[in-house]
Amino acid sequence: MTSMTLEAGTPRRSSGRRALLRGLPLGPAVILLAVFLGGPILYCIYAAFTDMALTGSSGIDFVGVENFAKAFTSPEFGRAVLYTLFFTVVSAIIGQNVLGMILALLMRSGSAPVRATVSAIVVGAWVLPEVVAGYLWLTFLGPDGSLNAILASIGVPTQNWLYTTPILAVAIANIWRGTAFSMLVYSAALSDVPTEIVEAAKVDGAGTWRTLFSITLPMIRRSIATNLMLITLQTLSVFGLIWAMTKGGPSSKSTTLPIFAYEQAFSFSQLGYGTAIALILLLIGGIFSLFYLRILRLEENTS
Amino acid sequence: MLAAAAVAGLAAVAVTACGGGSSSGDTNTLTVTYRQFGKSEVQKNYLTGVKAEFEAANPGLTVDLQPIVAGEAEYPTKLQLQMRSPRTAPDLIYEDTFQINSDIDAGYLRPLDDKIAGWADWQNFNATAKKGGTSLEGKVYGIPDGTDTRGIWFNKQIFAKAGLPADWAPKNWDDILTAARAVKAAVPDVQPLNVYAGKGVGEAASMQGFEMLLYGTNDTLYDESTRKWIIGSKGFKDALTFLDTIYKEGLAASPQQVLDPTWTSKVGQQLIPEGKLAIAVDGSFTALNWQPTGAVPWPEWSTVMSPTAMPTQTGQGAGRISLSGGWTWAIPQNSDNQDKAWELITMLSDKQHQLKWAIENVQIPVRNDVAADPTYLEANPTNAFFAGLVKDTKYRPAYSKYPRVSSEIQVATEKVITGAASVDQAAAEYDEAVRSITDGEVAEAPGS
Repeated sequence: MTSMTLEAGTPRRSSGRRALLRGLPLGPAVILLAVFLGGPILYCIYAAFTDMALTGSSGIDFVGVENFAKAFTSPEFGRAVLYTLFFTVVSAIIGQNVLGMILALLMRSGSAPVRATVSAIVVGAWVLPEVVAGYLWLTFLGPDGSLNAILASIGVPTQNWLYTTPILAVAIANIWRGTAFSMLVYSAALSDVPTEIVEAAKVDGAGTWRTLFSITLPMIRRSIATNLMLITLQTLSVFGLIWAMTKGGPSSKSTTLPIFAYEQAFSFSQLGYGTAIALILLLIGGIFSLFYLRILRLEENTS
Repeated sequence: MLAAAAVAGLAAVAVTACGGGSSSGDTNTLTVTYRQFGKSEVQKNYLTGVKAEFEAANPGLTVDLQPIVAGEAEYPTKLQLQMRSPRTAPDLIYEDTFQINSDIDAGYLRPLDDKIAGWADWQNFNATAKKGGTSLEGKVYGIPDGTDTRGIWFNKQIFAKAGLPADWAPKNWDDILTAARAVKAAVPDVQPLNVYAGKGVGEAASMQGFEMLLYGTNDTLYDESTRKWIIGSKGFKDALTFLDTIYKEGLAASPQQVLDPTWTSKVGQQLIPEGKLAIAVDGSFTALNWQPTGAVPWPEWSTVMSPTAMPTQTGQGAGRISLSGGWTWAIPQNSDNQDKAWELITMLSDKQHQLKWAIENVQIPVRNDVAADPTYLEANPTNAFFAGLVKDTKYRPAYSKYPRVSSEIQVATEKVITGAASVDQAAAEYDEAVRSITDGEVAEAPGS
């Protein structure tokens, strides 16, 4: 510190102090983040390498990578990873993303009242708290639910959808709930596409599909990548919706990683193991993000 | 330098800001935590009365009753999280005997031996009940406040329609199956039999369901002499086979209904009072639902429903079997008002309060003088029957590994009733899971 100030001389030193003073207002935010965000994450990383338990043993011992080894050799964990990937791909990457895009495209050509009605309904689903949405779908898909009532009235045999197709049921509920986000992002992105370019394409003889795939989508590709990243991360960590609908059952057939981590930590009292699974979930999210960021960067380099 | 000081100052503010708001810090408040199960307010009403009495006897002291409204599985989790920190630990807790050993090992509870030494009332508690709150090392951590037994409830009106006797007393498992099949044939719109299974209903599937079967075979879960968990037993597979039979034959409800987490209250509060269920393997406490103060008051219950003992597999041993659990009052290590908490325990445990509680909560007293009290025996027509089962009752091996072993039992029953695995497969997977949970502290059942 002293040697640096000596070398730097007066001007550098005063500018350094100014930078510090300018940064001062950020202080409270940084401290709050460190205490309430950084703290728990560090604690979580620490706990993942211990045999910390909610009950049954009093000491906390460092066990190295045992929790991770246990996860990677456990068939239940493997199944939970597969369900998580299925849930994320079907409900976020395919469902919310494609449906959001279709809605955004259709809304462009819709009349004002149609636009207002559709967006009110779609955004309404998004505004609902997760657990409320979960219960709505529980009553819709359950054995005495509305869907079965409708099916029965037209003579189709009924079934308990939460029991026969649990992971698909929660995935559909998540599409219903999350589509609004993609729709809003894409609506905003589409309104930024200059009309001259679209018109120029039409003059050059491009049809609707050609314009969409060669002009519109490439122009909003960065929004697509950003949106994909956000909804993937949101969907990976969905807990309340699934818990309210199926609690991960029956026979763990809708147990995604967040549910699995919760069960291990709080139902089976293995806090260390549960946090290790949470860390793995964090890693999976990180891998998805890196993948999307990489696409974004490649795009930038080629354009 | 200035900035560093500012940072330190702010950090201190942040830390004190989130450290405030502690409610249990003062010794003028006694926090009591217990479990409130759904709509049932029997314990709330009872404790509110005790609170008034205790506060009158201790001027200046406030008893803060803090129910945790939670299901079977969530209550211990929430309680354990509270007990971990001195800032949130209650002063007195209502602790299930099924969790107590686990929490003793975790160091959450305070041994009470020094308090008991000078407490004359302790000799009135019966010996088996005392064991429920005692650790493996022999220290007392919980004062029992009631126990229960399990048997069979059957509907006499449905039985009459099916041509079955009103004084039905099955001698073995086959008698149960025969009766259930008779009901299925004669009264098609009722569910013939209910035996809990699957993860949805939690411990009820293990204790009211599977263990009522297993303990009626020649095998058990745990070998007390070698302190090892038993795997690969024939009894385990026989019990699963019984479940497989009743669910496959449609003698029980569909697996989808049974896996519903609210199934236990549906059985006690809807199916039985509505006359939709003929035979229910369930607890003595089921009748609590039908009392005037219960969830679904049902004045005619004692003329419609009759209890009978659960038979052993082939009538072996005493010919009948029951399982018992129960709750205790315990003081957390982190409690900051342990002396007053103990005083409240002694008030809750005296004869007059125990008698009132046993009657109101329809349970079996743990004090010998209460059990013999005519007021108790006359209070409810089935009290004498269920208290009589205590003679042949078994306790779960409620050691610290038990909750996780119990979860594996639930998983095994769920696999069988949903058809996800055969009996042999489910039993083999259970054996593997128990081996891993107990770090190999298992013993192969003899003769298998």
